[in-house]
Amino acid sequence: MNHLALPTVSYAALAPILFLLLGGVALMVLSALSRRPLAAGTVTGYSVLIGFGALISALAEYGHVNGAGPSSTVASAIAVDGFSAAIAVTVSVVVILASLLSHGYLRRMQIDAPAYHVLALTSASGAIIMAAANDLVVLFLGLEILSIALYVLAALNRRSAKSEEAALKYFILGGFSSAIFLFGIAFTYGATGSTNLQVITRTLGEGVAAKPGLLLAGLGLLLVGFFFKVAAVPFHLWTPDVYEGAPTPVTGFMAAAAKVGGFAALLRVLLTAMPQLSTNWTPVVYSVAVATLIGGAVLMVVQRDAKRMLAYSSINHAGFLLVGIVAATSAGISADLFYLFTYSVTALATFGIVTMLAGPRDDDAGIDRLSGLARRHPAIGAAMAILLLAQAGVPFTTGFIAKFSVIEAVVGHGSIPLAIIAMASAAVAVFAYLRLVATLYRTEDIATVDLGYDDSLTDGPAAFAIGLSVVVTIFFGIFPAALLDFGRTAVAHLLP
Amino acid sequence: MHTFPYLVVLLCIPLFGAGLVGLVGLRAPQAARVLALAATALELVFAVALLVAFKTHVGTFQFESTHTWMAPLGISFSLGVDGISLFLVLLTALIVPIVILGTSVGEKATGYLAWLLLLQGASVASFVSLDLMLFFFAFELTLVPSYFLIVKYGHERRAYAATKFFVMTFLGSAFLLVGILVLAFQHQNQTGVLTFSLAALQHTTLSSGLAVWLSLAFLVAFGVKAPIFPLHTWSPTTYREAPEGGSMVLSAILAKLGTYGILRFNLTLFPHASKTLAPLVLTLAAIGVLYGAITASGQHDMKRLIAYSSLAQVGFIILGTFSFSPQGLTGAVTMMVNHGIITAAFFMLIGWIAQRRGSFDTAVLKGLQGPVPVLAGVFTVTMLASIGLPGLNGFVGEFLVLIGTFTTHRWWAVVATTGVVVAAMYLLWNYQQVFHGKADAETETMHDLTTKERLTIAPLLALIVLLGVYPKFMLDRIEPSVHRELAGITAAAPATAIQTHHVTFTSPVGGAR
Repeated sequence: MNHLALPTVSYAALAPILFLLLGGVALMVLSALSRRPLAAGTVTGYSVLIGFGALISALAEYGHVNGAGPSSTVASAIAVDGFSAAIAVTVSVVVILASLLSHGYLRRMQIDAPAYHVLALTSASGAIIMAAANDLVVLFLGLEILSIALYVLAALNRRSAKSEEAALKYFILGGFSSAIFLFGIAFTYGATGSTNLQVITRTLGEGVAAKPGLLLAGLGLLLVGFFFKVAAVPFHLWTPDVYEGAPTPVTGFMAAAAKVGGFAALLRVLLTAMPQLSTNWTPVVYSVAVATLIGGAVLMVVQRDAKRMLAYSSINHAGFLLVGIVAATSAGISADLFYLFTYSVTALATFGIVTMLAGPRDDDAGIDRLSGLARRHPAIGAAMAILLLAQAGVPFTTGFIAKFSVIEAVVGHGSIPLAIIAMASAAVAVFAYLRLVATLYRTEDIATVDLGYDDSLTDGPAAFAIGLSVVVTIFFGIFPAALLDFGRTAVAHLLP
Repeated sequence: MHTFPYLVVLLCIPLFGAGLVGLVGLRAPQAARVLALAATALELVFAVALLVAFKTHVGTFQFESTHTWMAPLGISFSLGVDGISLFLVLLTALIVPIVILGTSVGEKATGYLAWLLLLQGASVASFVSLDLMLFFFAFELTLVPSYFLIVKYGHERRAYAATKFFVMTFLGSAFLLVGILVLAFQHQNQTGVLTFSLAALQHTTLSSGLAVWLSLAFLVAFGVKAPIFPLHTWSPTTYREAPEGGSMVLSAILAKLGTYGILRFNLTLFPHASKTLAPLVLTLAAIGVLYGAITASGQHDMKRLIAYSSLAQVGFIILGTFSFSPQGLTGAVTMMVNHGIITAAFFMLIGWIAQRRGSFDTAVLKGLQGPVPVLAGVFTVTMLASIGLPGLNGFVGEFLVLIGTFTTHRWWAVVATTGVVVAAMYLLWNYQQVFHGKADAETETMHDLTTKERLTIAPLLALIVLLGVYPKFMLDRIEPSVHRELAGITAAAPATAIQTHHVTFTSPVGGAR
């Protein structure tokens, strides 16, 4: 009788995933076994610790890859390379910030704290799995882990009908896109005979793909699945509704984690598994990038709700990230890594502030609620102004460096029209951001709006996380070299 | 040779000053004011020291220093000053303390002071950057303090004005950024080095078509800031709605970033494309001169009047720049400085009038000469300088520009000269409306300039006279740099030729053809 051949597993390389996933499971068990409900502070602290554990193990993996070079593990289903380590670092930071930002909210809204944290940790592990997946099936698993937890998170505010509606919408459309994505995997498998990324690229390189039509259909379906997940135009229709309806801290987490996971996987699949098909996918990504940039920026301008506006802003940012993919060079990938990290931090903190303002029932994020904020609460107003200007891409913030490095990459690749469109869209978006900033500094109309948020403004952990994000946003905006180098080294150690 | 790092100090004082003022202001707003004045005074001292240390008859960059900054992106921290930027730095150092002394925005002025200092730092950084990306950073950074100065301390329609200003400038900058990147990658493809250093990028070989496109991209960005007709639409609204201090800084310093950018970057990087585009730009400049002058004649609002008059003045500066003659360029630089001084004086005086009488409207203001003779006198001198009366500073630049343009582009000079006549007309007319006639009861009670106000405006008035009587002081320092700039333009081979590197005097190849 043959022995069952178990693949060798490098647990050290999987540590960031395991930390988050097992951390989530352990928390679930603990909260089920505990007689009294776990204290919110304990759970938040636990979540932050888990996040730190993941962060440290991700950095360790990064260091290890720097020395030993990229490899793969679990029968080459998981890539152990600089890219996945860098994404794991980003996701860990997202987890830490998101935990801190949700703390006060969960207490105020009387939402079961462990439920939120279990789901967030699990979802985050899915994002890392997507980034590290070296096999389309594993990628799909990551995608589902990420998404299913997010569907539930979106419905967490059970007292709000909007929250339920958002969750249902997200779930149904997400289910569709997952199915399409799965079809894409099947077609690709049919054409190349494998779901392993290296095998696919080798097959494509040898030009022995069985059925080119099948292959292109597979590529197209995969792209649709990805475009849905990263909210690219015209697959973005769910985004504003879900962003608006979901509990605000969840929206922030979703904006960061789902984008990171989706883009990481998209980058890896297109640039390591299917670079040979770039003549086929470049025009598609190019035109979707143009639509996403313009659609996001233009629709942003007409929004009257801060969460919807930020939803379109995230779409505009997705456009910039797609620009980095069009560049299809290592400069483009490292620019996207930088963008993902800095955007996650900025977006989380921005939604953190919106959380504070969204009222006692978290049901009104109208722009008028921000009226005169900077006059009443100068520190929070200033933080919001900085974060918005960073998203607008003003120099000496990370937002500028992120946009700049993406544009630099795409100009280096020779797509000058796309660079101009991207910058023009940024100029349109600036208008919307500035309108919000001007609202913060408005002197009239303050009294006419019911500001019932004073207690939520004294939310210590959230304030700390927002302050930290602002510092990161400005520090790496002035001294980006270290972070840029981090991304560059990560891409240099990308599993080919 | 180790020299004192004047430029770094000139950057650091306002930038750190801004932070310090912001922090101190949280506790003690009065101390913040003193601190802001001290910082700007120190800045002025170092700017004057820079002027003293500056070697007069040298055309190249002085006090150059380069440090690595964002090495992975090819961006370096590279500074230097020549005769063209020297006086703009001095202007920046001079105007800001005067703004702080001469204007007020009420009790809560900490933000105002901090933003002004940040604006000063960013402006100085723009003038002394020798790295295109560093310049771009500083150029863009000026938007943030300007935006907040307008949106927090401006008049009724401030949010609209601030947003319009920001968005238009930002859109222009988008083209500039892409232009800089395309140029840098052309350079990288040719030499293998990714750099944004002006000295290196100057030697990039560009096809004539590409050079024209890049030149246009730069022109759009600088043209919005300057502003050049028809990109000026933000300026009347913004100058009108900004607080008086903001209008002063915007028109005296920030507008010069645009004209300076054209002179420094367009002419240096794309000499041939600039010559190709010269008829277009000269025509727009001439239209600007006439349009500005004619529109100014129709204004009832004094701030808008000065805004349109600025548009005309900037037209002259552009005219001189694109004349490609030594007199024209020297005149353009001189005019940048002189216009800065004059327009700052105008906006401050108008602010003082409005403070006393509560209006910028010429329909309300009447017969001011009787109640406020000193203010009227100062206004007269400023106005005459703006008209271009010989013996005052406005004359020097305008005259040089017109001579320079006449030698190379005769008809544009002729058209622009009519603008001088119209300028005299509307300014005198405006003076007549506001200061002559019979004062109403409310105007009768207006009090004249206080001692503090007299002392505040005195430096500007002194410069208006001094630089008018003895312009040689400035011209001696500007001319060598202008000649170097022009030598670079004439020496550069036609854009289609391959050889553009280091044209030496002995080389018969690549000289002017």
